Amino acid sequence: MKTFEELFEILKNKFNEEEDISTHKEGNEDVILIAAPKINLVATFLKNEPELNFDSLILLTGVDDENGEKTTNEDGSFDLSGGTLSVYYHLESTSLKHKLILKTSVPRENPVCPSVALVWRGSDWHEREAYDLIGIIFDGHPNLSRILMPYDWEFGHPLRKDYKNPEFYNGMKVPY
Amino acid sequence: MTNIIESKLKTDEMVLNMGPQHPSTHGVLRVELKLDGEKIVKADSHIGYLHRCFEKHCEAMTYPQIIPYVDRMDYLAAMSNELGYVLAVEKLLKIEIPERVEYIRVIMAEFQRIASHLVALGTFGLDTGAFTPFLYTFRDREKILTLFELTCGARLLYNYIWVGGVSHDLHPDFIRLAKEFIEYFRPKVVELNELLTYNKIFIERTANIGVLPPELAINYGVSGPSLRGSGVKWDIRREDPYSIYDMFEFDIPVGEGLAGTTGDCWDRYYVRILEMEQSLRILEQALDQIPEGDVSAAVPKRVKPIDGISYARVENPKGELGYFIISKGGLQPFRVKVRPPSFVNLSVFSEIAKGHMVADVVAILGSLDIVLGEIDR
Repeated sequence: MKTFEELFEILKNKFNEEEDISTHKEGNEDVILIAAPKINLVATFLKNEPELNFDSLILLTGVDDENGEKTTNEDGSFDLSGGTLSVYYHLESTSLKHKLILKTSVPRENPVCPSVALVWRGSDWHEREAYDLIGIIFDGHPNLSRILMPYDWEFGHPLRKDYKNPEFYNGMKVPY
Repeated sequence: MTNIIESKLKTDEMVLNMGPQHPSTHGVLRVELKLDGEKIVKADSHIGYLHRCFEKHCEAMTYPQIIPYVDRMDYLAAMSNELGYVLAVEKLLKIEIPERVEYIRVIMAEFQRIASHLVALGTFGLDTGAFTPFLYTFRDREKILTLFELTCGARLLYNYIWVGGVSHDLHPDFIRLAKEFIEYFRPKVVELNELLTYNKIFIERTANIGVLPPELAINYGVSGPSLRGSGVKWDIRREDPYSIYDMFEFDIPVGEGLAGTTGDCWDRYYVRILEMEQSLRILEQALDQIPEGDVSAAVPKRVKPIDGISYARVENPKGELGYFIISKGGLQPFRVKVRPPSFVNLSVFSEIAKGHMVADVVAILGSLDIVLGEIDR
């Protein structure tokens, strides 16, 4: 079992570019920030390194950070431009019993993040859900399609903060 | 004759849709099967028929308002859902919970585990062709629901466990009735074993079917009885104790392949039977030790957590239920993400169904014990 500091030290020694890996405190939790292009390398390392052995991905969360430029429309709704979308990875080692939270951010205009579906198979559906509801595109995912929304949903990603309901869907009125 | 048959019969693979309206998919799940004769070549699950934007709703509601909504995710284990959610909020708020509240929560969660397992076991029997055990398990489950009704007035969706406490104290008769139930229920487990568990037809249908190897289970993040059926001793109540679970003595049953291979449908079934007995053990200890106290002393008037993230998880009857909450300091959460155990457990289904017969799909789905309410949210 390793503490957060030890885990961070190991990661920093392995991937020694300063700007790619840093720590961050969000409330009571420590998070390791990783540059999006590196996420697959880090994930593979975390899983395969015997002294780390993160064999299980508990949860993968997509978040709209709502930190872009806001323009308010006449009806009170707003549009966002710029800013980031984020992905949180909750990892755990069932044999060594330590846990870790990784976070990576991708720009809202081009939200492409490497997929870890081939490292932890469990992330397959989580990534599909993050794509479906937030609109993060996971590069290298075996089957990146909608999962909770209908396959023919063409009105965007509902968990975006600036999401607006369509008026009609297949001839049915949506806001009722 | 054989020549004619060979020349006329088409031998293409066939696509068969199972569901979304099918009694053995336990809800509105559609499984797209690609068949070679009766053998499954590929099985894809299509979900989302019950999607009702739980996570989007959460962003527009205050923290206590979300509790009735979490009831409706895994509607067979609403108490456990509430417990996980309030733990995540309390982690952000950093409040001390009175000891009596912790005991009440554990008692409710364990009763809920038995009730949920009874549904799982009964309907699993139903799926594999045994009708009687279903009636027996639902009769016993009804007695637990009566206890819940006595506590908070609702049978299925409770809104009972609140942030910082519970909505009502226990009814004066509750502890007596709960102890009576435990005494009543112990022999019923033996009865269920004689009726279904060691039944030869049932074993033929479930043993060596849908074997889930432990490495695959961990890689997919499978949890709960489905993981323990594969022989992995992993229980959040022991690995990452929450509430007061570290105060009780109980064992973690794992699958041993008694009827066939470790990790088959029968093992997943049998782990649930053994878990009910362990839940009874926890209940006995909790009912004996429960202290007096005020259950609403720590309920905050206004739930307004600090900036930050929190992830809390509980061992639900179906597996690891987690809530990931991002707070930006307002009365409403910025983002709530749920890790529903059934969602993750179902994702491994297409992997273990390959190569089996169509009839085995029913057995495998039943043994995974999924609830579409929490898969689709």
